[in-house]
Amino acid sequence: MSALPVILFLFFVGLVLGLSFFFARKANSASGYFAAGGNIHWAVNGIAFAGDYLSAASFLGICGMIATLGYDGFLYSIGYLAGWIVALFVVAEPMKRLGKYTFADALDAKFNSRGIRLAASISTLIVSLFYLIPQMVGAGVLVTPLLGLPHAVGVIMVGAIVITIVATAGMTSTTYVQFLKGGLLIIFSTILVIALSARGLTTTPNKSYEFQVLVAEVGPEKVIVQDNDYEYLSQHETNGKIFIALSNAKESISWWKLETNENGEAILRESQYTSTKADGSKWINGALASDENQLLQVGNLSKIAGKSGPEADTGSVGIFEFLSLISDKDSTIQLWKKVNFEKDGENLTIYYPEQISGNLFMRPGQKFKVEGSFVDRIDFISLMLALFFGTAALPHILIRYYTVPDTASARKSTIVAIAAIGFFYILTLFMGLGAMVNGVLNPADGNMSAPLLAKSFGVFLFAVISAIAFATVLGTVSGLIVAASGAVAHDFMDMFLKIKMTDKEKVLAGKITAVIVGIIAVILGIIFEGMNVSFLVGWAFAVAASANLPAIIMVLFWEKTTSQGIVASISVGIVAALGIILLSPDMYVRYGLDSTSAPFSFSQPGLFSIPISFITLILVSLMTQKSKNVNRETSNL
Amino acid sequence: MLHKPASPEKEDLAVPYKTRLGLQMFFFYASIYAGFVIINITKPILMEKTIIFGLNLAVVYGFGLIILSLIMALIYNYLCTKAEKAAKGEN
Repeated sequence: MSALPVILFLFFVGLVLGLSFFFARKANSASGYFAAGGNIHWAVNGIAFAGDYLSAASFLGICGMIATLGYDGFLYSIGYLAGWIVALFVVAEPMKRLGKYTFADALDAKFNSRGIRLAASISTLIVSLFYLIPQMVGAGVLVTPLLGLPHAVGVIMVGAIVITIVATAGMTSTTYVQFLKGGLLIIFSTILVIALSARGLTTTPNKSYEFQVLVAEVGPEKVIVQDNDYEYLSQHETNGKIFIALSNAKESISWWKLETNENGEAILRESQYTSTKADGSKWINGALASDENQLLQVGNLSKIAGKSGPEADTGSVGIFEFLSLISDKDSTIQLWKKVNFEKDGENLTIYYPEQISGNLFMRPGQKFKVEGSFVDRIDFISLMLALFFGTAALPHILIRYYTVPDTASARKSTIVAIAAIGFFYILTLFMGLGAMVNGVLNPADGNMSAPLLAKSFGVFLFAVISAIAFATVLGTVSGLIVAASGAVAHDFMDMFLKIKMTDKEKVLAGKITAVIVGIIAVILGIIFEGMNVSFLVGWAFAVAASANLPAIIMVLFWEKTTSQGIVASISVGIVAALGIILLSPDMYVRYGLDSTSAPFSFSQPGLFSIPISFITLILVSLMTQKSKNVNRETSNL
Repeated sequence: MLHKPASPEKEDLAVPYKTRLGLQMFFFYASIYAGFVIINITKPILMEKTIIFGLNLAVVYGFGLIILSLIMALIYNYLCTKAEKAAKGEN
């Protein structure tokens, strides 16, 4: 392994820790610890917002999803960014005016209700944990290729560093870490996209290995291969696709996907596979898995605007030409999908190529079946709704409104965030597609697409991008842990339990909470290894949009809102969103159950849970107007 | 512990104007965002149509939503800052 990635990694981690210790002296007061004393400049806060927001889900998850599913991954970019419009136009200034350390301050500003404090602190903890898991998983994913360490070590390392950061310096250091990392991420992603454009497009990005296509004849009992080097062994049909096992002269087994080509001939496309045998040994493509024997990197265009081979090479292209060539109806993308089944006591996962035309790949439809059934469309609408309304309800984003001196600064920092995040999200489309066409994808895990794309331009860019991505995880996890510790120390212990604490004791309570939440996050990060990092973040948005946003919007714009209405809305929002998620087909697959037996046939809760939460708030508030009036009269006396 | 913002500021007379403006701009953007969702679920094939520079509607609309958010944010900030200055004058 090259020493450069390790040196750069240690440099970034050292820089982050150095900043933390430097700013530790500002974190003695509760205001300093939870809100950086309200003294951060709006421009710094804006980039720090971008740092908070461009988490592992954005950089690793979205790029990975675009690389493996095309335009559907970019839907996340569009939705995540659009959510900032809600934050800017509706939430930013009132939250700043009404709050102090946490968004519960703003919700509770009119009521002084212990119920609101309890509900808000629970919802903050749940959303923060949902958001923390993919960040920790992302850390594990990064550390394996970067430092050659196991997943669990990466997760524990992030946990230990973040706990050190948060337990020493709180929001001030978190802000500067985010500023630094947000800025560097955008600069180096831009460099990557420029390099991508200069390289252009080719149908043969991977010179080391070319996957074979064999002509075959489908007989009544077996498939006859017109190549004497291979011998038919067996076949397996799953999800309407037929896979053929062949053995070669070296008696090595390979799996192939049976297809019909444009001339109506039967062909076999070479696939890759992993198998776990009864004795627990893991095999890859017919040999024992080892550092040397891993799945081959894949992903390429098999036709560019109707051409293939050397004549298709474009040389350097402009950024628009890059996109238009990929979306051409005569361009074909070779996508890699996977299927699992058991055969003769072996647990097999086959990774097989599928051809898809550019025009289909570059519009929604690969993940979210917009042309599918009514239920499929519900998933799409729900996701777009949750992303739009989720941003303005994320606790670790909302607390950043308290780090600036005034409402104008809150507004301006949101605009800087929109500019930085919007620019980055445009880059994600290029980076994701770049990974997809440059033969750098790991077919088993799309999360590393962007760093592996960088690796195709040399070790230096890979090392820098990976170190920044690791810092991305550090920064986002720090922000989430500060939000969670604020919810426990300020909302739960101080405002709900009414424990009398001095300013220093409150900071101490926050730091102890940070350590506990950090340890829980490490455990969850290890348990959820291998999970798609964008997936859970989408759910975190749905829970935040369902639990927090109705309460925030209504307390700002509806005079009849009561504290009971807010408590009910947050509680029902959490239960409805979590209930739909936990009983969804996607979760049933994770439980190892049949997805069709799930009580709900959709996986995205937003379309139902957000309106239910709004309706609950309205109904309960209308039913509790009397108690509100009594409270008002009592306070007038 | 006192329950007040971390950094107190003076009363802002421009608040009603800024709130109204924010809501109007929010509904404008939300309707364009909704248009994107509606086209996708009703006429997804329209998203393949080439619009400009060889880019299809899906890419142009997606980039458009991102760029529009920044343009609207800058307009909003300009109008809010102007209103705040005017309000300070009244003070």
